[in-house]
Amino acid sequence: MSEFFYMGGYAFYVWTSYALTAFFLLFSWLQPRLRERRLLRDIARRVRRGDR
Amino acid sequence: MSEAKLGTAFISLLRRDLMLAYRHRAQMMNPLLFFVIVVSLFPLGLDPEPELLHTIAPGVIWVAALLAAMLSLDNMFRSDFEDGSLEQLLLTPHPLPLLVLAKILAHWLVSGLPLLLLAPLLGMLLNLGSESLFPLLATLALGTPVLSLIGSIGVALTVGLRGGGVLLSLLILPLFIPVLIFAAAAVGNAGAGLDITGQLAFLGSLLALAFALAPLATAAALRISLN
Amino acid sequence: MSIIPNWLHRLSSPKNFYRFAGTASNWCGWIALVLMIAGLYYGLVDSPPDYQQGDSARIMYVHVPAAWMSMFVYMVMASSAAVGMIWRIKASSAFANASAPVGAMFTALALVTGMLWGKPMWGTYWVWDARLTSELILLFLYLGYMALNSAIEDRETAARATAILALVGVVNIPIIHYSVEWWNTLHQGATVTKLDKPSIHISMLIPLLLMAFAFKFYYLSNVFRRARCELLEREQGKLWVRELVGEKNGE
Repeated sequence: MSEFFYMGGYAFYVWTSYALTAFFLLFSWLQPRLRERRLLRDIARRVRRGDR
Repeated sequence: MSEAKLGTAFISLLRRDLMLAYRHRAQMMNPLLFFVIVVSLFPLGLDPEPELLHTIAPGVIWVAALLAAMLSLDNMFRSDFEDGSLEQLLLTPHPLPLLVLAKILAHWLVSGLPLLLLAPLLGMLLNLGSESLFPLLATLALGTPVLSLIGSIGVALTVGLRGGGVLLSLLILPLFIPVLIFAAAAVGNAGAGLDITGQLAFLGSLLALAFALAPLATAAALRISLN
Repeated sequence: MSIIPNWLHRLSSPKNFYRFAGTASNWCGWIALVLMIAGLYYGLVDSPPDYQQGDSARIMYVHVPAAWMSMFVYMVMASSAAVGMIWRIKASSAFANASAPVGAMFTALALVTGMLWGKPMWGTYWVWDARLTSELILLFLYLGYMALNSAIEDRETAARATAILALVGVVNIPIIHYSVEWWNTLHQGATVTKLDKPSIHISMLIPLLLMAFAFKFYYLSNVFRRARCELLEREQGKLWVRELVGEKNGE
């Protein structure tokens, strides 16, 4: 098991690469969701207020 | 209003731009002065050791040429945009790409051609070596029109936008990279006594491609920017 | 316009696209996840280390797909921008704009993983080799697109201007690639600095392809989501949006 993490000595490089990949993908996945939620909220508020 | 022929329209537009440039000739000097100053910065920032300067000369001169082009491009449509004559240009019955070509030609005559005249001076400042001078002029002659042509697309896209100048640089400088690579390499190789016809041929094809396509893109971009 | 099939035509209406994109995004997302888990398993656990580069070659399973995506996304972005501009289809322009940040992300990922692969191989994080340099310039092109997009207020004008920029970029990319390749062979240093792919053999090809497809489906999923946001923002005043918001509040 520890051999798996050790990655033949390249542990830092391999795991950082995969970690960065995971981070980028997760961030990119989350960002539009939050933005859409905020947009829908804002539009709802404006509709309620009776704007055009 | 009489229907002017296309050739007449082209010539009169060219003459008008050249006359305007002449009237503001002090302003036109600025990018050229910038060109010389930037080149002079390198020996000051590095080591004025002749061997080093000789090695970096082609690249430095060409990078400075790119930067000077960025500065001068801003003028291409700006004053016409501000006084409304750009809109008039869009309304004429003549094909816009050809009129755009006239403006690009005027721009090159005013901002690109002088770089060729300054090249020997800069070659001396950076110890370029006399065998590289003619190759330098050849690359500038082929490359600077490409800069004006491709640059015009960027100017047309950003005319009237806030932060125009810097934004223009971000958009256009990556597109200049092929010119930079081949031109600087050609001059460097010439200095080493190698044959550079391949590089010059490549620059020539870039010029032909830009000449054919850029005015179309610029015309489309102008119509979009002026809505 | 009879070449456009009916279902595609209906899709070009923002309201229909919004709903379609939601479903499509979810489907593509799940497929991406499954493919990625499979790819990660085969890549990290089940495949052999390269006989030359050892376990560091496993970085290839994220670096190469990311690089492929950076190019692929630019092509899709330019095409959908052109379609949106020529046929005035808002959904297509929204798709193009939504692609830009995702493409930029893949490019940045390709660069960063390339650096992390390069350090154990060449001893430094950055070398001006052909691939990394091309990816860097591609990143500049993406960022330029995004900068122009945010500099123009009117969304309609922005869509058309960025379409021109994307098309100019597409023409330039092969020229830039060729130039950088040529430049690189000119200045081949003492060490051979090409980011050499290890000799690919079937046990390595499978995780590579799995990850490549995983990234493709991820991209689709993500772009559909982002395009939905774009459309919402652009069509805020329209009736379909208000009805939609009303529905959601009724839940």
